[in-house]
This record gives sequence, structure tokens and C-alpha cells, in this order.
Amino acid sequence: MTDPVNPHDVPTAAQLVESVREWLERDVSPATDGRLRFHTRVAVNVLAMVERELELGDSHAQAHGARLEQLGMADDAELAAAIRNGDLDDRLDEVRGLLAATVADKLAVANPKYLA
Amino acid sequence: MSTGDLDDTIAEFAATLSASLDGATIDRLTRLSGGASRETWRFSADGTDLIAQRQRPGDIREMLHEAAVVRAAGDAGVPVPKLLHAERQDDGAAFMILEAIDGETIARKIQRDDEYRDARQVFARQCGSALARIHAIDHATLDGLEPVDPIAFYTDVIDELGQPHPVLELVRRWLIDHRPETSTQCLVHGDFRLGNIIVGSEGLRAVIDWELAHLGDPMEDLGWLCVKAWRFGGAPPVAGLGEYDELFDAYQAASGIEIDPDVVRWWEVLGTWKWGIMCISQASAHLNGAVRSHELAAIGRRVCENEHDLFLALEGRW
Repeated sequence: MTDPVNPHDVPTAAQLVESVREWLERDVSPATDGRLRFHTRVAVNVLAMVERELELGDSHAQAHGARLEQLGMADDAELAAAIRNGDLDDRLDEVRGLLAATVADKLAVANPKYLA
Repeated sequence: MSTGDLDDTIAEFAATLSASLDGATIDRLTRLSGGASRETWRFSADGTDLIAQRQRPGDIREMLHEAAVVRAAGDAGVPVPKLLHAERQDDGAAFMILEAIDGETIARKIQRDDEYRDARQVFARQCGSALARIHAIDHATLDGLEPVDPIAFYTDVIDELGQPHPVLELVRRWLIDHRPETSTQCLVHGDFRLGNIIVGSEGLRAVIDWELAHLGDPMEDLGWLCVKAWRFGGAPPVAGLGEYDELFDAYQAASGIEIDPDVVRWWEVLGTWKWGIMCISQASAHLNGAVRSHELAAIGRRVCENEHDLFLALEGRW
């Protein structure tokens, strides 16, 4: 099995999103006010989030997968059900520690300022 | 819908409003906001500014019950807009007409603008007094108020959304294991926070948006007011504006009910958990096509803020 090779030209997906975000910040936002400016700010935040996920998403997926594997779980749904059913009651400290690390990763993409 | 249809709809609604206000002349009928279940309109009737709230057909909540709660709250001395009219139309949708109260509801402005400097000093205490009055309302004569078990209710919500969240399950277990005994069953506003309170330069002017009123533990309202999301970035715990002691002292003085801070804290954790589930739900409204909106979509990525807050709140208390 060979490694996947990206056939697409530059700019990368992240660079394309970045260019649109910069345009919204530089040209659109100053020309708007009220509700439209607020929704422009939301759009800027969304694009910045996508940029961070494109950069960090693969390593976050690897790390979360390893945490689930440590608990013997296939995915979040299985883990959530196990917590609700009490199947992990003797390992709750461990579960909390692993999930806190996942939450930190999610915030690093969604809203890194929230951790500051 | 074409502009002509919209004009017709507005004209029809203006005629309905006029008929319910003794034939008053209706001017400047303007829609302020519209959610999935209701619309809010502003207008003038013979020169007096008023607000109309109209249910969309299919809304499962009963607006006439809400109108009765607003009226009872006003009678009990809670600062609320005066209710002028409420009725159900032939198509099944209800509407109500309320006095328009000047003031600010946007949290960011109340927290930062100079105009509200004095208001910020007294706000937490005023909330305590207003909540004490709300919780003392005699609800025996009010129809349609159901006791709500928030854990059961929001467990159903998240199960129906089909997006299991392990952190929210951990917290659900904690909430069940540490659930306080409900002292009394009273009328709870259900969404008492900045955004649903009209504030003037002197402070709290009116409590609005009573659609989530229900029967429950009075501490639910106090906890919800202190949830991190409703601090809107402000540091102090009560709406980002005041301290717990100010809220509790004013509430105790007005109600005679002694507050157990641990119980309020439990409701604050419950509120944070609930808002996390509501974030998933709001993103779903975009994803399932009910309301296409990048703002709602982005709220889906705020679940982890609540998960983070829950870890902080429960550190050393699991």
C-alpha cells in the first residue's frame, strides 16, 4: 500500500480558506454594521477554526484514537454508552484524565482563547 | 414569498392587532426577530409603542399559558411588561400584545457601556429580589405549568440528537449522584439571564421571555443565571456582573429562604451541562435544514467550552 499523494495545486485548502478569511476581515467587515457585521465576525471565526482543524486535525484524531483504544472503545458512542451503563465505574479517574485531554484538543481547534 | 405577499401578511396582522386594541391605528409594524417557533414585532397603536409576540403554527408551547404567567408576575410585583391582550387565532397560532419597555438587552453593552455603570453595581442584588418575587407567585391558578425533571428531559434530548458525548455522560452521572432534594416546588422563570432582562441606566427594568416558565426548584433560576456562558466573558459569577453573595443576600432578604450555595452550584453545573446539549441541538437545527445558518452551525463547536467548564467546576468534587 502506497501513501496517498495529493494531486491538487497550490494554494492548499488551508491557504484558500485563509485568503477568504482575510478578505472578510479586511474588506467586508469594515463595510458592514449591526447584525451583518456580527455575522461577518462569526464567519471569520468559523474559517479560522477550519484553518486550525486542517493543521491539527490529523494529530488530534490519532491522539483521540489512542485514548479510545486504551479504554477498549471503538468510538465516542461506545464510550458514552459504557459510562452511562457503569461499565467503566472502576476506571473513572482514568476516563476523566483521557477525556480532559480530548477536550483540550477540541478547544485548541474551536476556540483556543478559551483556554487562556 | 414575494414582497407583495409579505405586505399582505403584514397588513393582515396589523388589522388583527387593531381589532384587538379597540380599533387603534397601527403604525410602523416591524419584525424584530423570528425564531423557529415565534416572531417578535414592534409597532405603535395610536402613538403608543407596543410589542407583539406571535406563535408560528405548530409550536407546541402554549402562548396563552405564558401570557397568564406574565400577568400573574406583574400582579406579584415582578418588573414585567404590562400584558394588554392575548388570544388564539382561527389558524391555531396565538399572539400577545405587551407594553414596549425602553432599555438594553444586549449583554456586551450592559457589561461595557458607560451608561450602565450604575446598573452594573446593583444588578446582582436586583436579580435576587426579582427572583424571590417570581418564586413567591401563587401558581395554583395558572394552567399548563408542568414540573420538569431536567436530567430526564435533557437525557431524552441528547439521545434523540444521536450524538453521544462521553464528557456529558460523565457529568450526567455526577448530577444524578449528587442531586439535591428539592425544597419547594415553585414557579421558575426557566431562562433568567442577560438577554431576557431589559436593563436601563438604573438597573433591571423588566424580565421578559417567559416561554420556558415551569414548576421546579427555585434554585434552578439562580444557578442558570451564574452559568459561565451567561457571564458573556465577564469575570464575576452572576451574569458576569456581580458576586454570589450579592445575589444570595438579596434573595434571602426578600424571600426568607436560606440559600445553600452547594445547591445553587449543583444547578449551575446542571445548567452548563444543559447548555452543552442545547449547543448540539442548535447546530442540529442547521444540519437538519430547519434553520440554515452559519451562526447555528458554529454553536455546535461550542460544546467543548461547556465540557471544559464542567471539568473545571467539578475538579476535586467527582
